[in-house]
Amino acid sequence: MIETILSEIPRFFTWPNLVFLGEAAGRTLMLSVVGCLIGFTLGFVLACIRQTRNPWLAPLRVAAIAYTEIFRRIPFLVILFLVLFAIQVVAPNASLFAIALVSVTIVSTAFLSEIVRAGFDSVPRQQVEAAEVMNFSRWQIIHMIVAPQAWKVILPPGFAFMVMFIKDTALASQVGVVELTFTGKILSNRGFSATLTFGTILLAYFILSYPLTRLGRYLEIRLASPRH
Amino acid sequence: MPHLAIDGLNASYKNLKVLHDICLDVERSEVVSLIGPSGSGKSTLLRTLVGVNKPTSGKVTLAQRTLDYSSASSLKQARDSMAIVFQQYNLFQNMTVIGNVTIAPLKIKKWQRAEVEEHAHSLLQKVGLGHKLKAYPDELSGGQQQRVAIARALALKPQLLLLDEITSALDPELVGEVLDIIRGLARDGMTMLIVSHEMGFVREVSSRVVMMDQGRIVEIGTPQQIFDAPKETRTRDFTARVLSH
Repeated sequence: MIETILSEIPRFFTWPNLVFLGEAAGRTLMLSVVGCLIGFTLGFVLACIRQTRNPWLAPLRVAAIAYTEIFRRIPFLVILFLVLFAIQVVAPNASLFAIALVSVTIVSTAFLSEIVRAGFDSVPRQQVEAAEVMNFSRWQIIHMIVAPQAWKVILPPGFAFMVMFIKDTALASQVGVVELTFTGKILSNRGFSATLTFGTILLAYFILSYPLTRLGRYLEIRLASPRH
Repeated sequence: MPHLAIDGLNASYKNLKVLHDICLDVERSEVVSLIGPSGSGKSTLLRTLVGVNKPTSGKVTLAQRTLDYSSASSLKQARDSMAIVFQQYNLFQNMTVIGNVTIAPLKIKKWQRAEVEEHAHSLLQKVGLGHKLKAYPDELSGGQQQRVAIARALALKPQLLLLDEITSALDPELVGEVLDIIRGLARDGMTMLIVSHEMGFVREVSSRVVMMDQGRIVEIGTPQQIFDAPKETRTRDFTARVLSH
């Protein structure tokens, strides 16, 4: 078996195949990084909404909580199919990649908003009270006092989530997005050894996620202490 | 007209009535201390005055303006002229000493930077922390943190200063340094409402002392009256107990 794999290597690592794999890796990375960045932004907004106290904003708070609680409990694959079919109504020509990206964003928004909320809650309540009494607005409290202290609690699980999601984007192959896993299927269908193909795919996933883990670690150390 | 007039104030905490019909006037430059056993509502009264707890009924007048705790603008206006120092200091952990003291004057009151910084330096000098401007709260002792918290409150140039058991979390040898600052403030004519368990200090610094129990005011009098000749048995029991050790 080893011999067959070795003999296939020159035929497998050709320039067109490498470009094919590279593009797929790019798509996988884009799906998780862009999806999680948008998700983080929206999740941050949801967490901020949940910090408000104004009685008029109660419906918004309920909506934010409902969103977080619902979409953290639905399997990613189900959301993918849901978006795939639901999107026909609003944008019948949406690309498969766009559909997958929207799905990633929906899920990551829910998870990351919960991570941000936990970060906000980790800042002692008394500091918030002190700021309230000094007439800080809700937004000033988040921006000047809570967020700077919450980063160190938000970042590790936030990055862990994104790195984990790089793997979950493999499910996007189910709706036909040509990302890494789908590329593996195509290549192995073309007759390349499945072991060689998926071994390469495995390596590609590692190459994608490891630097992100390191980046997360670096940011964690940079932001962990309040001193700038 | 008193600077602060509290009339029939009631407050609840989680369906439990914690303040019953509180009536108390504080004149300008007066130092009024609240004493009483734990859970008697002293801290709650201060927290209700600044709107951290919402009163259920009653009237509070500050500098001739009646406060409406359900109105954000009225509360904002009232908070603009008072400051509170908490038992646990509640400093912003992500800011240096000077950052803690200057942030509200700069960002909330929008005062001139040069003036704010000069005032902050002189306040920190006054509380003996002129050499710790760039330190972070977690690098300071409890007593030092509490002195920063006092400077932070004074930087707002409050018309009324509320002190909520500011020495209760401190080691005994650090209590003195904090109380000295309050003595100085009292001499300078700062209007203060103080919750304290330091009876010697209360007796020395207060214009009047308020004895509270179970959310009610039991007795109000001069320090001599409250400590030496209390009218109420409850006051007598309490002072006898705390002064005996």
